[in-house]
This record gives sequence, C-alpha cells and structure tokens, in this order.
Amino acid sequence: MRIAASWITELTGVLAPGRDMAERLIAAGLEVEGVVVVGEGLMGDLVVGHVEDIEELREFKKPIRYCLVDVGAEHGGIRGIICGAQNFVIGDLVVVALPGTVLPGGFEISARETYGKLSNGMICSEREMGLGEDHDGILVLPKATAEAGTDAKPIVGIGDQILEIAVTPDRGYALSARGIAREVAIAYSVPFSDPIDRTPVLPAPTQTRKPAACASDDLESCDLFTLSTVVNFDPHAFTPQWMKNRLRECGMRSVSLAVDITNYVMLELGQPLHAFDLDKLQGMVRAGHPREGEIFETLDHVERTLSESDLVILDDRGTIGLAGVMGGLDAEISDSSTNIALEAAHFDATAIARSSRKYKLSSEASRRFERGVDRTIAPYAAARALELMLECGGGEYVGMNAVEAPMQVTVITISDQLPSRIAGMEIPAQQVVDLLTAVGCRVIHEDGQLEVAVPSWRPDITDQADLVEEVVRLIGYSNLPSTLPVAPAGRGLTHAQKLRRRVGTALAHAGLSEVLSYPFVGPLDLTALRIPAHDSRRDMPTLANPLSDEQPWLRSSILFTLIPAARRNIGRGHVTTPIFEAGSVFHGAVSTESIPVMTAEHRPTQAQWEALERALPNQPFHIGAVLSGDAQQAGWWGPARSFDWSDSVQLARTITQACGLELVVSRASDPMFHPGRCAQLQVTDSDGKMHMIGVAGELHPALIDSFGLSARSCAMEIDLSTVIAAAPLVRSAPIFSTQPVAKEDLALVVDINVDAVSVERALREGAGDLLESIRLFDVYSGPQIGEGKKSLAFALRFRSPDHTLSADETTKARESALARAVIQCGAALRA
Amino acid sequence: MSAPNKEFDPKQVSDLSEDSVNRMVAAALTAIGAAGDLSELKEVRLAHFGDRSPLALANREIGALPPAAKAEVGKRVGHAKAQIKDSLTSREEELELLRDQQALLQEVVDITVPTDREWTGGRHPLTTLMDAMADVFIAMGYSVAEGPELEAEWVNFDALNVPADHPARTMQDTFYVTSSDSGAVLRTQTSPIQIRAMLERDPPIYVVAPGRVYRTDELDATHTPVFHQIEGLAVDRGLTMAHLKGTLDHLAEQMFGAGIVTRLRPSYFPFTEPSAEVDLQCFVCRGSSIGNPDASCRTCGSEGWIEWGGCGMVNPRVLRAVGIDPHAYTGFAFGMGIERTLMFRNGVTDMRDMVEGDLRFTRAFGVEA
Ligand SMILES: [Zn+2]
Repeated sequence: MRIAASWITELTGVLAPGRDMAERLIAAGLEVEGVVVVGEGLMGDLVVGHVEDIEELREFKKPIRYCLVDVGAEHGGIRGIICGAQNFVIGDLVVVALPGTVLPGGFEISARETYGKLSNGMICSEREMGLGEDHDGILVLPKATAEAGTDAKPIVGIGDQILEIAVTPDRGYALSARGIAREVAIAYSVPFSDPIDRTPVLPAPTQTRKPAACASDDLESCDLFTLSTVVNFDPHAFTPQWMKNRLRECGMRSVSLAVDITNYVMLELGQPLHAFDLDKLQGMVRAGHPREGEIFETLDHVERTLSESDLVILDDRGTIGLAGVMGGLDAEISDSSTNIALEAAHFDATAIARSSRKYKLSSEASRRFERGVDRTIAPYAAARALELMLECGGGEYVGMNAVEAPMQVTVITISDQLPSRIAGMEIPAQQVVDLLTAVGCRVIHEDGQLEVAVPSWRPDITDQADLVEEVVRLIGYSNLPSTLPVAPAGRGLTHAQKLRRRVGTALAHAGLSEVLSYPFVGPLDLTALRIPAHDSRRDMPTLANPLSDEQPWLRSSILFTLIPAARRNIGRGHVTTPIFEAGSVFHGAVSTESIPVMTAEHRPTQAQWEALERALPNQPFHIGAVLSGDAQQAGWWGPARSFDWSDSVQLARTITQACGLELVVSRASDPMFHPGRCAQLQVTDSDGKMHMIGVAGELHPALIDSFGLSARSCAMEIDLSTVIAAAPLVRSAPIFSTQPVAKEDLALVVDINVDAVSVERALREGAGDLLESIRLFDVYSGPQIGEGKKSLAFALRFRSPDHTLSADETTKARESALARAVIQCGAALRA
Repeated sequence: MSAPNKEFDPKQVSDLSEDSVNRMVAAALTAIGAAGDLSELKEVRLAHFGDRSPLALANREIGALPPAAKAEVGKRVGHAKAQIKDSLTSREEELELLRDQQALLQEVVDITVPTDREWTGGRHPLTTLMDAMADVFIAMGYSVAEGPELEAEWVNFDALNVPADHPARTMQDTFYVTSSDSGAVLRTQTSPIQIRAMLERDPPIYVVAPGRVYRTDELDATHTPVFHQIEGLAVDRGLTMAHLKGTLDHLAEQMFGAGIVTRLRPSYFPFTEPSAEVDLQCFVCRGSSIGNPDASCRTCGSEGWIEWGGCGMVNPRVLRAVGIDPHAYTGFAFGMGIERTLMFRNGVTDMRDMVEGDLRFTRAFGVEA
C-alpha cells in the first residue's frame, strides 16, 4: 500500500515528515519500505495555463501544435508553446513549466526555436513532472478549477511524501488510509477520530423507481451483500484533481469518475466496491455459485470456465463477476453508463483466496478480501461512494438493498498478566487495557482477567497470543530486556553429525573443493550419464512445478549433478577439477494417496505419523567426488601426474578411515564407469556384517566425452548414511608385540583375472596368527611371466607375541600362506 | 738401514740433536697448518709422519746410539711424534668439518620456488558458516536437529499454522512433488524441523537446525531457488521474548564481535505470535554511517542495521499441533538465511558465486568461512 503523508495528516492531524511517520510505523509493525517525494528534483515554477488557441502544424513527420497559452499576467500573460500531444482542446487548463524550470531528471526548460516557432515553455505530462509513468499525453486539469497563473504544484500533488508499506497478511486493515491513520494516531499518542464516525451526506432515496434487488445464496461465503442504485449519473463528469492525485499516489490509474470513486473509497476505507451498469443487468443480483462449466469472461478479456464451488456474482442470465476478485466484461460500466448499481459486500477470506489462486488473478479487491475486510463497513462504504458520486457526477440516489447474516463478535479472555509473562518485562494491567482500547478493542477488566471484544476490522485477532502481540508491539520491541535462558546441559553433536563434518574436512584436506549443486535432473542428463532405462536410479521423485521442464526430477545420486558441476568448472578453464559434494539424494517417487490427511488441531497419532514417514522417499546422505585433470601438477620437480582410478578408490578409503572403518574393494560394473576400472565399495560393521556403500573408478570414456571432462577422469560416490550407521562408536586399541619381526617376500604368478585382493585374502588366511601385516608391493605382467598371467609380489611380516620366531616357524607360516594361495587362487611361486 | 751399532762405530746418519728434532717438528706443524683440505693433509701426513718422514728415519737411528744416549733421544723423538700426531688429528677434524660444511653449501637450493605439487582443497563456506553458527548454540547446550528436504506438506505448512489458502502455499513459492495435492513438498524453510524436534522429544527442547531449503525463485544476483537457513527453537517453562532477544544478541556477538546486538521489529509469521524481524547492528560501522555521507557504509547501506532474519514466540497453535500444552510451556523460534549472512559477513556480492560450484570460490575459503 502506498499512501501520501498528507492524507494521513488530513485524517489524524499529525503533521510530521514522512520519514518520521515511517520510523514510528516500522516500530509498530508496519513494514514501511521507503518514503518517496512526488516530483523530487523539480526546481522553479509550474503554473496553471489556459489554452487560448491551437495552431496545427502539419508539415512535420508527426502532428505538432503551436499553442497560445495564458500563464497569468505575473508570468508574462499569453505565450507561444510548441506541444506534440493531441489530448487537449482550446479552453483546457494545463500545467506549464516556464523557462528556467528544471524538471525531475535534470531537464531544464528554456525558450527556444523549434518547428519554426519560438517555444516559450513546456506543457507537461505526468511523467515529465515526475508524478507517474503516464505519458499518453499532457496532464489536463478539470475545467474551470483554477485561474491561469496559479502555482500548479500543490494542485497536482508535487512535494507530497509517499509512504510505501508492505502489508503483512495479518494486517489487512492497513490496506486503507483509515487503518494506517489509526496506527499513526496511536504512534503519536493523539486521539483518533474514525472517518466512519462522520455520516455521509445523502439525499433521501427518490421514489421514481425501485432500487436494484440483491441476495446472497451462500451466507457463509458472503455474509453481507449490499446493492445501491444511482440513475442519471453524468458519465462524462471529471474526476476531481485531488482524487486523481490520491489514486495516482496509491499506484492506481484514473479511469472514469464512477470507477475512480469506487477505487478511492476502497483506498480510504479498505472496502472493495464494484460498479455495474444497471442497464446491462437483468433481474436480481446475487452472490452465489455458477453452473458447472459456465464460461465467463473477466474484465481482463480472459474466458474462464467456472465450477460450481466458485463464489460469483450473478444476475438472472448468469455470472457477472468473480466475487471479490474481478468483474465481468458484460455488465461493466462504460464511459456512457448513466445508471449504476454499486455492489459493496463482505466475502469470506478463504473463499476469495481460493478463487484468486485458482484463476491466478490477484487484484486490489482480492488482496484486501484475502487478508480480511471490516465485516461491518460495506453499507457505510457504499454510502460514502454514493456521496462522492452525487457530488461529482450528479444523478439521483434511488436506494440501497442489503442482506446480512447474523454477525459474531470475537471475544477473547486473557489474564492481565499474560503480556508481561510473554514479554519477560513488567507491563502494568492498566497499560494493557489502554493499548488494546487504542487498537479498537472493547475491554472489560475484572479480577485480573480481561474480556476483550475484537473490533470488526481486525479479523486477524483470534487468539490470546494475538492480543499479546498488539500490546508488546505498541510498547515497542526495543524496550524488551535481553536475557539468556539457561538450557539443560547439552550432548553436543551426535556421532553421525561429527562424522559428517569430519569426512567433509578430510576430503578438503585431501585437496578437493566442496561445491553445492542444485539437485534437479532430467532425461537429457541421465542419457548423457549413461543411466539405462530400467536402472533403479531412475526411480526418483518428480516435481509438479520444476523450474525447468527439462529437469523435473530430484537426483538419486550426487554424481548426477556433480558431474555437470565439473563440466562447468572445466568450461571456465579449470582443467583440473577435484570437487566433492555431500548432500541428500532421493530414492523413489511419492504416490499421491500415500500421505495421510491430518489436522493441525492436535498431535498426530503414532499411526498417522508413521504412515507419513513411510510415505516420504528415502533420503540418504551421500558424498560424491569427481577427479578430473592432474593429481599432481607439473613443476620444477617433474611432469604432472593425472588422476587415475586408484585416486578415486583411495578417496573412498579416506572417507571410511575417517569413520573408523576398513574399506573392502571388489570388482564391479556400472554404466557410468569404465567397464574394467570400476570398484564396488563395502565396509564391515562391528557385527561382521558387510554393507554396500558405493562405487569408485574411472568414468566411462563416452561419459567423459559427453561432459567434456579430462581424459581418464574418475569419480566416487558413497552412501554416507550407511557408512556412519556401521561406524564404531568406540575404537578398540591395537594389540602389538615388541618381539623381533621376521620378513618374507612372496612373488606369485596368477591368472590375469584374479584380483589381488583375493590372493591377499588367501595368503592372510594361510599364514595364520603369526602374520602381522601383508602388503602388495609390486604388480608385473610381461613376457617373462607368460600370456594371460601376472605376478603379484607381497611383503609379509611375521611376529610372535611372546618370543623370537625361529627360522622354522617363519618358513612354516610362509609355506602355509603359499599353499592356500595355490589352492584358492591357482597361484604359482614365481620362478 | 744401518746394522746395529754393536761396535760403537759412530756413523751418524741423521741428526738427532734437540735442535734438529725441533726443526723437524716445526716443519711438520707448519705443513699441517698449511694443508687446505683432507687430501693435502694426507700428503703432509706422509711427508712428516710417514715411514719415510725425516722423523721416522731419525727414529731408526736411535738404535745406533750409545746406550746412554738412547733414552734421552728416544724420549725426545717420541715427544716430537706425539706433537705431530695431535696436530694432525686436530687439523683433520677441522678439515672434515670444513668438508661437511662445504658439502652442504653445495646443496643450496632456491628456497622460493613453488612447492604446490598437491592441490589445496576447501569446504564450501556455506557449510562451514552453518557449522560455526550451530556451534554457538551447541556451546549453550542446544542439539542439532534434522529433517528431510522432501517433506510432508503437513509438517512444512499445516503444523506451522500456515492454513490451506495462505499465499505461501501457492504454486509461486513452493516446489510440489508429484502433484500439487500429493501432500509432499520440497521444504520451503527449516521450520518443519521444529515440528519434528517437538514431536520427537519432550520439553525442555533446545535445538538448532541448519539445512537446505527450496523456493521457486529464478537464480539471480540476490535469489536462488536452493538455499540454506538456520533455525533455532527453544520450548521450556517460562521462556519469554526477553530470552529470545538475549539469545539473538548472543549469536550476534559470537558471529560478529563483542558488543554487536540485534534489533527486533514487529512482523508476521504464521508460526510465531508475537513475531518480529531480526536486524543486526552493522558490525562494520556500528551505526556511525547513519546520516554521515562522508563515511558511508557499504555493508549496511548506511542504515546502521542489516536485515538478518525472522523470529517470535512459538504460536500456541503450533504447540497444540505437536501435543505440547501451551499453558505449561512457551517457546521461541528464529531463523536466518545462510547465503544472506555469508554475503554481508564475508563480502560476497553475487549469489551466483555460491551456487554455481566454481571451485575458486570454495578454495579461497579453505576450511573456514
Ligand atoms: Zn554499516
């Protein structure tokens, strides 16, 4: 809501700069986003000019007028001015900027030769004066409202200070001058005289005809409906300039006198009004429901298919308005309408919000009804509009019809100590009573209890807490003391939370940079990522309203969005891109029926809550990494070393080690990865149970190609939730001997397809308890070994817990290890 | 070599006089002192201490001396040998030390060359900032609460007193999953974690909940559809707005320096009543830029305050929705945007830098924001 400070001053008598009003309103809870001055930057004179004569100059590309304008004797009388606009006639009053005047934006007016004439000033449009954006022509003042030569600035509102207020959903009353004025009066501690306390001046209804009839078919959704009738109204009457100014200052355009008045009264009182052309109506006007499937064209020229549950305004022929949102094209008043039916009604906030959302239509009216309009004000607002219509446009008042459901006043009982208890500061009971009275409540104070009747314009006040807020905000949040509460002794981060932090830090120390990518993916991404049609990773939740139709799904794998992030980095010239991301992934879709419908009136039952939890997709916490480019950069020390598959496996090991778990690697296949260079990753929990945790390896060359990654780029992804669940809470101390070590090397030849890890396992099992450690230190394949074979060289360390090993013991253990490898892996001792 | 002088045949070959021996010693010591390195010293040793050295030759003659002279001369020569040997040993030590020193000097490198074989990595500053803010609360005894990003609409809206037709529930803001009536959304705020925390535990509850949230905004310099918030919730007997203010002031001081406070402005959130906006005192100018065009402040736009988040007393309706008796317990809650905090705290000027995954951005922060 935009409103001029001068209007507030008129309603309250508070004469203060706009900035000062803004500060006090902010402290009271109205969000004033700014204060602007109308026509800021304008220097010099603007005067009213009377157009005496117009000479049309036709020899130019566009029509040009040479006008003789009387700007008053004190400004030099009649002067010639060139003007390109066509929207005025001889005898009109216009606004003239005299030579020497500087318009907003720094444009200085001077007397100059143009189009073969001397132009001695400028006839101004709204935009040129900084009033608004209207540039359809020059501003024409209503006829005979001012003398030529009068200062035009106050007439058009230059210098007015406009407060821009963002009204929160709970403060519908602040969408009116009346509501804001009340807040200003409280803020400046002056008594407030409500504009509705003044009775509009209306003549007695004429008896010449019957006023249009009205009804409400749905008294729940429309509990008050009034329809007033005016005939013989002058459709060509001018809107007074002061009203035009206020409309413009509030951000609304002047349309015609009748429409301007309905808008003005809405701004003044907060009650939306709608004017119909009486001659286009047939029969009774009702609030009610349309036929299912009825086609209805709104004012914005959009045809809408209605359903029976919509709240509309109808006459005997059908729908003539979407109640509280927008009128229809058919019954709209035009610039020739002389007989008018004026609707002023109260609609249920939820019904209007639903309509507005359903038809994606937000209007000044719907914004007010959604937030709640004063339940009682419709008849008054209608009378106020009629008063203005008759005053400015003439005509006869025929009468008003109305229907109304019984009204209920909200009464809330609170302890007079409650505001003190919630605020944490002493607030005397009398002050509570005074403040609630100031916002319009009627308060009965008895035995420490307050019985508070809420005013009709505050439908947002429904609970005790709402009353507390009213009291505390008016005292001022700046007066609240600042005290730290004492929480019970805490337990710090959980084990899982600590491990998540530790893993991220470990990868950062391993040289990777964390990035955060959007978790949105689509079919094209999955094709480039080589995910086959029936892969379980395609089972993802789908967004009903994605940002881009090309990415409607939520990732089931970090790599789906991290690989594109790697591409972006490489595209920006970072050939080497070691990056990682830790975050949620989403497994499985959400079925439309699976989530139970629950009330917020009480705690859900255990069964409801469990059903809700079950219905949500599994959302484990994953960590993924992409390694593209050089693991070690080139330098004076030598050439670069590129990342290879082993770096990605080692990264996985870094993660499991950070969680106190040994990584178990085996061969795997995954379409995203190189068929021969993909590892399946597992860990063993303390119960000895193996858990699949992820994959690592070299990315498939086709994928690397699609994403423009460096050759042989690698990646890894781990389900950190599973790793953390398997991680030991307490780590066991090692038991080691200080007896001398005995070292034995074993070079074994095995088939090329036998994995080192299985040979190592066999050696370990065969070597028995004396084996302290085993490490593969060389892998060789070549002519000396033979086709299809490879040599694996292991270093074995033996140690006894209690004595120096004899040569015999060591040899025996070594032979036993070898024997097992021979049996299990077909190994042979290398010659 | 001469035969034993059994016949006392005085055939003098070397001069074994005191003078002569002294001369030999003097010559030897001079030569030792002049030896510049170990190989020169080796030659000196050979010349003055070797088998063919004058002293050695002289020594041989001792046998030819009359027995009466043997003892004296023997003693003289022995003393001379010891003198030379000591000198050789100490010179050798000197020269070895010199050699070792010179060897190290040969190994001089340019110590200023680059040493960055390995890459340095970093954690995303949004992550570390969330951790840092959470740590402030952990130190006060709070726990870190969690919840899913794909959340039930009941938890994200209904339980938080956002009624069915509230503008925040329209399609403009919320990502709906499957369909607009499936009951599942991408959480639009971290507040649903409050609901879970209150359903999972009994009061007193003191939790903080950092996390990722979603709104259907297009990415630009100040908006992103995926962003982060941190949420705090306390439910206990007798909690007041003064406690809320005290908690926010403590957070401000921990994150922005001693003496920095917050300011509350009345506002509206469905899940709190009373509700307030939280402003942070500008930690750069501390308000000195207000009305002072000569010392304007970019951080706060010379307003003295920076909009930081929202807060309020937990709406009793929310307590009711999770089965906590609003007559016995009160609560406060607050939330702030992490991206926004990072922007003004660390001087990030464009939201896109945080979300596009450019590793230069992360690397610059290391493992702390
Ligand atoms: Zn500042």
